Amino acid sequence: MYAQLVETGVKRVKSLEEMSPEERAFQERIDAEIKIEPKNWMPDAYRQTLIRQISQHAHSEIVGMLPEGNWVTRAPTLKRKLQLMAKIQDEAGHGMYLYSAMETLGADRDAEIEKLHSGKAKYSSIFNYPTLNWADMGAVGWLVDGAAIVNQVVLQRTSYGPYSRAMIRICKEESFHQRQGYEILLTMMRHGTQAQKDMVQDAINRLWWPALMMFGPSDADSPNSAQSMAWKIKRMSNDDLRQRFIDQTVPQLEFLGCTAPDPDLKWNEERGHYDFGPINWQEFYDVLKGNGPCNRERIATRRKAIEDGAWVREAAVAHAAKRQQKQKVA
Amino acid sequence: MTDNKNDLIEYLLRLGDNALVNGQRLCEWCGRAPALEEEMALMNVGLDLVGQARNWYEYAAELLADGRDADQLAFRRDERAFRNCLLVEQPNGDYAVTTAKLFFFDAWHLHTLKALSASRDARIAAIAAKGLKEVTYHLRRSGEWVERLGDGTEESRRRMLAAIDELWRFTHDLLAGDEIQQRLAGAGIAADAESVAAAWQASVEQLFERASLPVPQPASYFYLDGKRGLHTEHLGILLAEMQFLQRAYPDATW
Repeated sequence: MYAQLVETGVKRVKSLEEMSPEERAFQERIDAEIKIEPKNWMPDAYRQTLIRQISQHAHSEIVGMLPEGNWVTRAPTLKRKLQLMAKIQDEAGHGMYLYSAMETLGADRDAEIEKLHSGKAKYSSIFNYPTLNWADMGAVGWLVDGAAIVNQVVLQRTSYGPYSRAMIRICKEESFHQRQGYEILLTMMRHGTQAQKDMVQDAINRLWWPALMMFGPSDADSPNSAQSMAWKIKRMSNDDLRQRFIDQTVPQLEFLGCTAPDPDLKWNEERGHYDFGPINWQEFYDVLKGNGPCNRERIATRRKAIEDGAWVREAAVAHAAKRQQKQKVA
Repeated sequence: MTDNKNDLIEYLLRLGDNALVNGQRLCEWCGRAPALEEEMALMNVGLDLVGQARNWYEYAAELLADGRDADQLAFRRDERAFRNCLLVEQPNGDYAVTTAKLFFFDAWHLHTLKALSASRDARIAAIAAKGLKEVTYHLRRSGEWVERLGDGTEESRRRMLAAIDELWRFTHDLLAGDEIQQRLAGAGIAADAESVAAAWQASVEQLFERASLPVPQPASYFYLDGKRGLHTEHLGILLAEMQFLQRAYPDATW
């Protein structure tokens, strides 16, 4: 999940009786599964929640280029280099789709990016972990994109039309990345040396828990979920999505011949699900607050890119104005 | 054919190394470009170039027939064996340096691939024809940026002039031919260096006029020659980073 803790600003979900006629018509439309479109009336809190969620999602795509950019200059073969470059290019494209979807809500892309750079807006906690060996490129594709897909597949049915349509397009490319990531790990496990197999297990050990944290706080600690679910922005709870991810990922882990860094992970016949150990929520909130291993570096890199690029963007604007002037004269 | 084989391998490595080293520099921009659109564009161009490098290396590896494959040519040769022009190994600098570097290279690349599309070597003609479509886009893009920066704000113009001043000395090495290329061009296989240089000069003059930038005097030779593996000090470090995994784990499958 690329947007894992989104404030709704709403303390309690209103019943239909408590709503104004406009609010009630809106809720009935949501309940009838009719998509909300940019020109439709919507409660301000719905609009603001979506702006926060979609911008968080967009920021995650952009910041998410950095852990991979760390290895694109060091990819071990031409094929892997090409795959990684294509993936990074897709991510920049996803960021642009999402910023466009966000702009249909009346938000401004530059203003939202400024919030990211000043630490007011969040992005996925996962991208605050460093990529320390080549297997991380496989593990990020498999686990991180895998977790994102579990969430995004459900978001294809989210109630806001432009967001839902962005998810449909993005999911197609993400699934491809996930398979490529898994194939990187499988190649290293099947045909690799012991050193390579160790890299794979090391990558999984470091990224397993952070990937599980991508689904956000447990349902008991998700004060915003009830309203997001009532608005059908969210379609499944954090814990349900996390469980779904674990259930589908553990067999893939076993197929690789690797293990999870979780002694409590085991199949529960009665529940028909995997049981798993406790998540370190202290770490989760620390990372989200900006105190994870790479938070400072990630934001510093993005801020520097935009600041160093200011003169380039100004030049483009100035040149476009000059050209327009010339055309007017001619 | 056998007369030309060694020449041909050398020439293919030059084409491959030019594309790969240029692509590697573009990878360094990841996450650092001045706008999201540019993140996409730079990675897109880089992807095209690394793809082209792979095509040239695969052909070279077949001719070499010494057990090395395209990856070994890319990741296991030292800087003295690399054949890329000096221009593409230069550091990215600011966006004006990257833009000028791309434009000078793209213009050379376009005219070279145009000529190679008509090569008597069918394999070269096919690779060039495919690359030509990509490079047509590269040149349009880098040319537009030279114009935007050259004729944008005072600041962007100052930087563009500085970038041209910084890079112009490497255009001699970009354009110069040698006996190997001459022999291959004579056989109708390679591009003729002089015709490419003339077309390149025309492209630069045309664009510089639109961007109201002065065209410097032709650059002169200055004792280094990428084609002979005599590089600037930048290439060794670029290769150390790019080749690290293949060097550290030489028997690995990735």
